[in-house]
Amino acid sequence: MTAMLEIRDLTASAGDREILKGISLTVRAGEVHAVMGPNGSGKSTLAQVLAGHPAYTVTGGTVTYEGKDLLELEADERAQAGLFLAFQYPVEIPGVTNAYFLRQALNELRKARGEEELDPIDFLDLIDEKLKVVEWGPEVLERAVNAGFSGGEKKRNEILQMAVLEPKLAVLDETDSGLDIDALRIVANGVNRLRRPDNAFILVTHYQRLLNYIVPDFVHVLAGGRIVRSGGKELALELEERGYDWLTDEAAQAAGATA
Amino acid sequence: MSSSVESLVNREYKYGFVTDIESDTAPRGLNEGVIRLISAKKQEPEWLLEWRLKAYQRWLGMTEPHWANITYPPIDYQDIIYWSAPRTQKPVGSLDEVDPKLLETYEKLGIPLSEQKRLSGVAVDAIFDSVSVGTTFKETLAKEGIIFCSFSEAVREHPELVRKYLGSVVPYTDNFFAALNAAVFSDGSFCFIPRGVKCPLELSTYFRINTADVGQFERTLIVAEEGASVSYLEGCTAPRFDTKQLHAAVVELVALDDATIKYSTIQNWYAGDEEGKGGIYNFVTKRGKCAGARSRITWTQVETGSAITWKYPSCILQGDGSVGEFYSVAVVNHHQQADTGTKMIHLGKDTRSTIISKGISAGQGNNSYRGMVKVMPKAENARNYTQCDSMLIGNRCGAHTFPYIDIQNNSATLEHEASTSKIGEDQIFYLKSRGLNTEHAISLIVNGFCKEVFKELPMEFAVEAQNLLGISLEGSVG
Repeated sequence: MTAMLEIRDLTASAGDREILKGISLTVRAGEVHAVMGPNGSGKSTLAQVLAGHPAYTVTGGTVTYEGKDLLELEADERAQAGLFLAFQYPVEIPGVTNAYFLRQALNELRKARGEEELDPIDFLDLIDEKLKVVEWGPEVLERAVNAGFSGGEKKRNEILQMAVLEPKLAVLDETDSGLDIDALRIVANGVNRLRRPDNAFILVTHYQRLLNYIVPDFVHVLAGGRIVRSGGKELALELEERGYDWLTDEAAQAAGATA
Repeated sequence: MSSSVESLVNREYKYGFVTDIESDTAPRGLNEGVIRLISAKKQEPEWLLEWRLKAYQRWLGMTEPHWANITYPPIDYQDIIYWSAPRTQKPVGSLDEVDPKLLETYEKLGIPLSEQKRLSGVAVDAIFDSVSVGTTFKETLAKEGIIFCSFSEAVREHPELVRKYLGSVVPYTDNFFAALNAAVFSDGSFCFIPRGVKCPLELSTYFRINTADVGQFERTLIVAEEGASVSYLEGCTAPRFDTKQLHAAVVELVALDDATIKYSTIQNWYAGDEEGKGGIYNFVTKRGKCAGARSRITWTQVETGSAITWKYPSCILQGDGSVGEFYSVAVVNHHQQADTGTKMIHLGKDTRSTIISKGISAGQGNNSYRGMVKVMPKAENARNYTQCDSMLIGNRCGAHTFPYIDIQNNSATLEHEASTSKIGEDQIFYLKSRGLNTEHAISLIVNGFCKEVFKELPMEFAVEAQNLLGISLEGSVG
C-alpha cells in the first residue's frame, strides 16, 4: 500500500533559525503516529509546516501527500485536500458564530471535492451528530468562534471542527496540553470515534498521558529537530519512566560523532 | 503568504460610469446671481430665496473648519458648478415620463425605478446631480397620509410643513458646510409621517452625482409626528472622475412624542483611485432632534466610499426619556481619510444614548472616530454607552479616537469601551487551514468585527453592506 504522507529529509527554519534538521516520516491510512519530544525539539514546528504556516520556510526535503507535492499547496488548498491541523493555541474570531464558520469551512471543502454546498437546514442535521462527538449541546453553535472560550473549550472546539470536516490526515498539536482529566477524556474519545481505516492521525504531544486514551501504532521521539528514535506504543511508556534526557544525550553524542 | 494577500485583485469601482445625457448647468462659481438662478429654476417662494441669501451672507463671513484629522488641498469654491439637472421638457409627472436613459442608469446601479421591477417593500426617491428624477410608491404611501417626495415638490405642495421644520435642527448658522448647503441646496428628499402612522415601507433615497465638477448639495428633512415610525435608507454613488468633487449635504430629523426614526446610510461615493486621485469630498451635517418624550432616533451608517469623509450624525435628546443611537462602520483603504463619529446631547431627563463605532483602516487610509457626549444640567439620570473599536489591516494605515465628554449633571452614568486590533497572520492562517481562501478569511473576520452594526441595518441592505465591505477591502492586506 502506498503511503498517505511521505516526509523525506525535511528541513525548515523560522527566520535565520533552523528548527527542523532533516525529518523523515511515513504515515499510512489507518495509522496513528505519536510525535513526542522535549520543549523546543521542533514538534510544533513540524505540525505547522505540514499545515503551511507562513512563518516557516522549508529549506530542503520533500513532503508527498497522496502522491502530490504538499509543499506546493497553499494552506487552504491543503485543507481542501483533506489535511487538518488542530491548533495548540486556537485563534478567536469575534462576531462569527461557530455555526456559520463551520458551514463555510465545510462548504469550501465540499466545493473543492465537487460536491454540492449544504444549506443551513441540511447543515443543522449534520451538526447534531457531530456535537455528540465532543459531548456538547447546540448552544455552542451560536457562540463566536473560540471567543471567550476556556482553554479546554477551545481544544474541544478543534475536535468539533475535525469531526465536521472529516479530514483524511489530522495533525493534533499538543491538543492535550492544559486539559483537565475530564476534558482530556472527551477530546480523546472524540479522536477515537473518528478513527477509521481510511484516515490517519499524527498526535504531537509532550506527555505520555494522552496515549493512555488514544493508543498509537507508532511513537517517534523528536530532539534537536531530528527524529532520534521510533518505536511502538511501549516507547511512550519508556519515556514516561526515563524522561527525554537519555535520548537527547544519545542524539548529542551521535551528532558529535558525525561532526 | 503576505504576497498572496497582496496580489488579491483590486476590483474596479463598478459604479464609475457616466450617463451621457444633456444637462442644464449653471456657470461655475458662487454668487448671489447663482443662488437666485437656482431658486428661480425651482420656482421657489420668496421666503425660501431670502433664507438662502441670508445663509449665503452668513457663509461669506465663515471660514472652512480645519479641526478634523484630515488633510486636503484648498477647495476652490468658485470652481464648482452649483446647479446641474438633466434637461427635460417639463416637470416629470409620473415615472413613465422619465428619460429612459435615467431609468437605465438607476437600473445599472441596481435601483430599478420602473413600475414592474421595483424593489418590493422599498419606496425610492432618486436624485440625479441636483434634482429628484422620480419617487416610487407615492400613491401607496399617500393612502396612509405619508408624504414622501422630492424637496422641491414639498416646497411647492407642502410649504407650511417645510417652513415649519426647515433649519429647525440644523440652522444655516450651524457650520460652514451647513451654511453653504442652505445657500445652494438643489434638491433632496422630504418625508412626513403623520401622527400614529407606522410607515409600511422602507423609504429610500438614492443619490447619484453624474456631471464632472458638480457639487451635490442635497437636503433631507424627515418629520415623524406623535407615535409615528419610519425606517429610511440612503445610498450614494458617483462616476470616476480624476478631479475631486464636493458633496455637502444636510439631513434634519424631527421626532415628536413616542416617534421613532431609523436612518441608515450606505455610502459608496467614488473613493478615488489607488494613488488617491479623484474621489468625493463628503462634508455632511446630519442631526436628529428627539423633540418629544420617549422618542427615538437611530443612525446606522456604513461608510466605505469618498476620498474624505467628514460626518457626525448626531442626536439632540430633548424629550424626557428619549433615546439616541449611533451605529457606524467606517472603512478606509488606499488614500481615503475619514473623520467621523457622533454627538449625543442630553437635555431631557432619563435620556439614553448608545454609540457603537467600528473603524477599519487598510492601505494608507486614515480613520478617526470623533465623538461627543454632553449631559446638560437638567438631564437627570442620563445614560450613555460608547464602544469604539478599531481594526488595522497592514502596516501603513492609521486609527485614531477622539472622545469628548462634557458632564454637567452628576446623576449621569457613562461607559466607554475601546479596543484596537490588527488582523493578524495567525487569524488568517487559522481560517485558511480550515479551507477558506485569504479573501474569504478577511471578509469573515471583518464582517464578524462589524456584526453589531450590521444587525441594525434593514435586512435587504445588510447583505449589500457585507458585500460592499468585501469589495472595499480587496487588495488591502499586506
